[in-house]
Amino acid sequence: MKVAVVRFPGSNCDADALNAAQLAGHDAYFVWHRSADLGGADAVILPGGFSYGDHLRCGAIARFSPVMKSVAAHAKAGGSLIGICNGFQILCEAHLLPGQLVRNEKLSFVCKLVTLRVENDQTPFTNRYSVGKELRMPVAHGDGRYVADEATLDMLERDGRVVFRYVGGNPNGAMRDIAGIRNAEGNVVGMMPHPERVVEPILGSTDGLAMFALAGIPAGVS
Amino acid sequence: MKSFVGRVRVMPRAGLVDPQGHAVEHALGALGFAGVSRVRVGRTFEISVEADSEQQVRERLREMCEKLVANPVTEDFTIDTVETAP
Repeated sequence: MKVAVVRFPGSNCDADALNAAQLAGHDAYFVWHRSADLGGADAVILPGGFSYGDHLRCGAIARFSPVMKSVAAHAKAGGSLIGICNGFQILCEAHLLPGQLVRNEKLSFVCKLVTLRVENDQTPFTNRYSVGKELRMPVAHGDGRYVADEATLDMLERDGRVVFRYVGGNPNGAMRDIAGIRNAEGNVVGMMPHPERVVEPILGSTDGLAMFALAGIPAGVS
Repeated sequence: MKSFVGRVRVMPRAGLVDPQGHAVEHALGALGFAGVSRVRVGRTFEISVEADSEQQVRERLREMCEKLVANPVTEDFTIDTVETAP
């Protein structure tokens, strides 16, 4: 599979995301945010970091990068797309996912391992896990508190669009302990924790590697 | 065309937890300011615009707020003033 990792000014998990995709056996490459060409990617990763210095709101400016038009077209055509951490914030600001990530409830940056429960396996990134599986992954963010209105939260729950939930402690005050969600079709996923940081034994865990397997995804829609 | 300056206030939506406001509220109490019952933290934007009329400026500011300056999921905006630039 061809996997594009988009780099914005201020991305800092781009190399980790590339490494994770390569470890999973993919032809992974970087795409600079000024390019509108995703190189025929089967899957696109928006990595973590601090795009545009988090100015205005996290992800608010990155949304206007030239590459985002192509990313939105890729998603609308059914292409697999995941936003991790700052990537999740960008997907929300770009209205590719509902809701918003706001300042952590306790205001401080959190950097630690958390436990997640897989709540939905109907996405290209979680189809290798079974629902209920618990994963250990790091979080590292200052603005990770998922917020949406009650009707949206109810819709996400009802339609199985909550993909990951924090268990045994909510690090940021996210509503309904939400750590990750998907779009209605399931091809777009956003999450605050970092699966790309737990893909090799030397990193302490391989719980995140299966997210990059991308088994059975539609090829080359972009 | 005339030059205008619009002042737009963006506040966290009422009812949403405002952690920054709480932190400032506690800090004011710690400094000895009695009777502070609530603090909410938002921000103000000064946006200079060339336009034909104040009405036109207000319309454009509203569109800017809806599209970028505020996030409708968590924030409310108010156009406080529109003045002709000196």
